[in-house]
Amino acid sequence: MSEILNKPEVAKIYIDARGPRFAASITTLVLAIALVTQSAWVLALQGLVFLIGAVRGPQFTPYGLIFKSLIKPRLKKEAPTEDVRPPKFAQAVGFLFALVGLIGAIAGSSAVFTVAVGLALAAAFLNAAFNFCLGCEMYLLGLRFATK
Amino acid sequence: MKNYLPLAIVLVLATAYGLWWKRGEGAIRSNKAIPGHRLSEQVLGEALGSRATMVQFSSAFCAPCRATHALLSQMVETIPDVKHIHIDAESHLELVRQLDIRSTPTTIFINKDGIEVGRAAGTPKREQVLKALEAIH
Repeated sequence: MSEILNKPEVAKIYIDARGPRFAASITTLVLAIALVTQSAWVLALQGLVFLIGAVRGPQFTPYGLIFKSLIKPRLKKEAPTEDVRPPKFAQAVGFLFALVGLIGAIAGSSAVFTVAVGLALAAAFLNAAFNFCLGCEMYLLGLRFATK
Repeated sequence: MKNYLPLAIVLVLATAYGLWWKRGEGAIRSNKAIPGHRLSEQVLGEALGSRATMVQFSSAFCAPCRATHALLSQMVETIPDVKHIHIDAESHLELVRQLDIRSTPTTIFINKDGIEVGRAAGTPKREQVLKALEAIH
């Protein structure tokens, strides 16, 4: 396997690739509730989940733990695995959106709250429904832009 | 007070975008070539295939890149005049900019002279790759 895909300097952790997708569907539901009820508390809870996912890894979030204990045993034994870093990065992006939304809520701007939650919801929904990875699509563009 | 409008807007727009994106994933497009641009052995660091070459741009953590690499490298084993060259996008940013590559994996299909005849963003399907390769003379 090519060295490009296996850069040695980072200790590689692989997770069941179906886990983040399951987590994305729960996230979609939670963010939809936050958006409809305009609830900063629901958003704060989701923000906490994002934070755990970004810092420790998606497999340690409540959704990840539910997947591992309840869903995974019912699925096919052979699991497609993936590097934990892109889902971790996606959780970090989600956390940033949640943070902006919370700041909007605290500052009394429902517009900021709605837009931030709406965008996070769009990303989670695209991931859950289409296996679309926003981070993957944006990573190279970001790199090109940052190293101009 | 419940407001369903933002949710409805997000779901409709995201679904439309998702469907559009899904259709284009892996499809081989021939309208993105940079006019006059050629990929040479010097630039790629390897000799080109005698009829065609598939130049795959990947980045370090990219699950679809692994799948694409597995597919293409296995396919060229049975097609002797086609080569598969693997490029790390991050360490070839200048080339990435010249070719206007936006995401990984992106596979550029070039003929024996290094001219691009098509490219695929995402993991292409075996039949699509075969069809594209057959069209290169």
